[in-house]
Amino acid sequence: MTLTRDNISDRLAAAGYIADRDIATALWLMEFLKRPLLLEGEAGVGKTEVAKALATVHDAELIRLQCYEGLDQNAALYEWNYQRQLLAIKTREGAGENADAIEEHIFSERYLLERPLLAAIRRVRPPVLLIDEVDRADEEFEAFLLELLSDFQVSIPELGTIKATAIPRVVLTSNGTRELSDALRRRCLYHYVDFPEVDREAKIILTRTPGIDTALALQIARMVAAVRKEDLRKVPGVAETLDWAATLAGLGVHELRQEPEAVYETMICLLKTHEDRAQLTREVSDRLLGKVA
Amino acid sequence: MTPTAITDPSEYVGAPMRQKLAGFARTLRDNGFKVGLAETRDALALFATPTATRASALKPALRALFCATHSDWERFDEIFDAFWLRRGMRQALTAVGAPTTGRPRGQRGAEAPQGESGLPDRVERHNDADVDAAGDGRGRREGASRSENLAATDMRHIVDPADIARTHALAARLARVMRARLVRREQIRRRGRRIDLRGTIHRNVSHGGTLLDLAWRRRKAKPLRLVLLLDASGSMELYTAFFVRFLHGVVDCFREAEAFVFHTRLAHVSASLRDRNVARAVDRLSLMAQGIGGGTRIGESLATFNRWHARRVINSRTAVMIVSDGYDTGEPDRLVAEMRRLRRRCRRIIWLNPLIGWRDYRPQARGMRAALPYVDLFAPAHNLASLAALEPYLARI
Repeated sequence: MTLTRDNISDRLAAAGYIADRDIATALWLMEFLKRPLLLEGEAGVGKTEVAKALATVHDAELIRLQCYEGLDQNAALYEWNYQRQLLAIKTREGAGENADAIEEHIFSERYLLERPLLAAIRRVRPPVLLIDEVDRADEEFEAFLLELLSDFQVSIPELGTIKATAIPRVVLTSNGTRELSDALRRRCLYHYVDFPEVDREAKIILTRTPGIDTALALQIARMVAAVRKEDLRKVPGVAETLDWAATLAGLGVHELRQEPEAVYETMICLLKTHEDRAQLTREVSDRLLGKVA
Repeated sequence: MTPTAITDPSEYVGAPMRQKLAGFARTLRDNGFKVGLAETRDALALFATPTATRASALKPALRALFCATHSDWERFDEIFDAFWLRRGMRQALTAVGAPTTGRPRGQRGAEAPQGESGLPDRVERHNDADVDAAGDGRGRREGASRSENLAATDMRHIVDPADIARTHALAARLARVMRARLVRREQIRRRGRRIDLRGTIHRNVSHGGTLLDLAWRRRKAKPLRLVLLLDASGSMELYTAFFVRFLHGVVDCFREAEAFVFHTRLAHVSASLRDRNVARAVDRLSLMAQGIGGGTRIGESLATFNRWHARRVINSRTAVMIVSDGYDTGEPDRLVAEMRRLRRRCRRIIWLNPLIGWRDYRPQARGMRAALPYVDLFAPAHNLASLAALEPYLARI
């Protein structure tokens, strides 16, 4: 069954992800062309959330591979359970089995440790495979990933080739700490995730913070948008906005302008470095408040 | 007819539409997009679906398909509007599913968009270097600016061929010592951090599985990365040509090097320097280095660097080399703040100042004095010998 773009929008909304139309189109296109989707954007704009929402839309399992420097095949694809293998060798040698039988036994699937990539291609129902922060992994790993994404099969020397039972839906995210190769970019559809505009952020606050009133959510979204325009080292993301909204709601604030003190003090939810904190003084906070509230 | 049109989905898409799409792909390619046959084929498949008849869905869909970087993403709307909307989106779309519509405008083929007067074939002006630089994410924001490269200066004649060769050889040698040292040191220090079970078992097959030799794991050594920031302002005029050569040598020899040129603004020039043809690369760069007369804004250039490039080009193994005389027309406070920020991010800051070679030189320039506390090595760089003297220092980083 193929979903139309509107189906996808509706289901994203049902999954609690407030999408703009462009991302719905990209997700539809991903389905239509069977290509992976590469999401780029500042930290904290909700790239990972897209994959989670996609899993909900298709009612599929989400398999996540977090990339880091030095990530290799053994951590991403498969690994033999060496400890168990060694034990098995000892016990079976003791029982007097011959070497071939032992070898046959210890290189069977029982001793294979499934890592995210192998897991993703062995599922019966196509899962959503989230390859998070792919820019953190080394170039070598990227090349390996390319191979996997084109063939969806893996060869394990001791066991043979494993072909994908179902092609997973692949979402890659990148923060731009390293330039990705053209080859990888070419294989993927591309979507740049920006900070949500005020209305959409207000909607996100409303869905994620139970019991907050609409006017306050809108004020918070406006205030955060203004803070983002300041020259900060670490621009607050959507998660920070939600923390702040929850804090303000918890303090019983109903109207930002009436409680500038509380606004200033709780702004630690948004500002995560000393430098930014020092830059956003009480005066700046009040000025922004005057503009937005 | 372009080969892109000969595909399966083309059976459902009319000839005029195919040609328009090929023209669009070509326009994108002219603007530095990396659009291949696969993308065009997918776009044709897309045109065969009902979604394509809705303009609201077509643009985001094509954007997701054709863009590969953030700078592509930012320019796409402009190019899309210029290509499709000015020529009439609705008319173009009526061609879907009607292969026999032989409207004359469609017959003009893929060449039409370029040939027609008044229709820009490139939405944004580019020289070659700019197109290359577009791949680096933020290329658009501070690339070589339109007004500042009106005239070309020929820097080839300032340095004679023998010097060029020597500069290049020197840069290559510096690159080699830095890389070799680093790798060796890493190996010795990391040796035997963890036992590698996979390797150990494999190695001991010949001993019948008894573990005699242990295989160790150590972290892979990565080469040092060098980021060069070259001041190309008026006061540096005498030296710019020389350092442009040096820049080229470094980018050419280091696996990981990035080069920037600044005067009143900062331009990322690695892409244009990665050209085996030295003369052509230097020519391109001399275009970018134009803009003399506006003074030097080191602080602001560094701010641009810190904000847009640092995250991508700097890691903990990065040495930043600034080549400047320190005559800053901007605010010293700004420079101090940015130097402090840069200091925190990178491994070493080396400041090369051609003026140190002059007799009785003291770092009196305001900018120079402000920046000095954050600099690890402050060294002269007025001739080849002074650059060669850097070698022992670079080898120790």
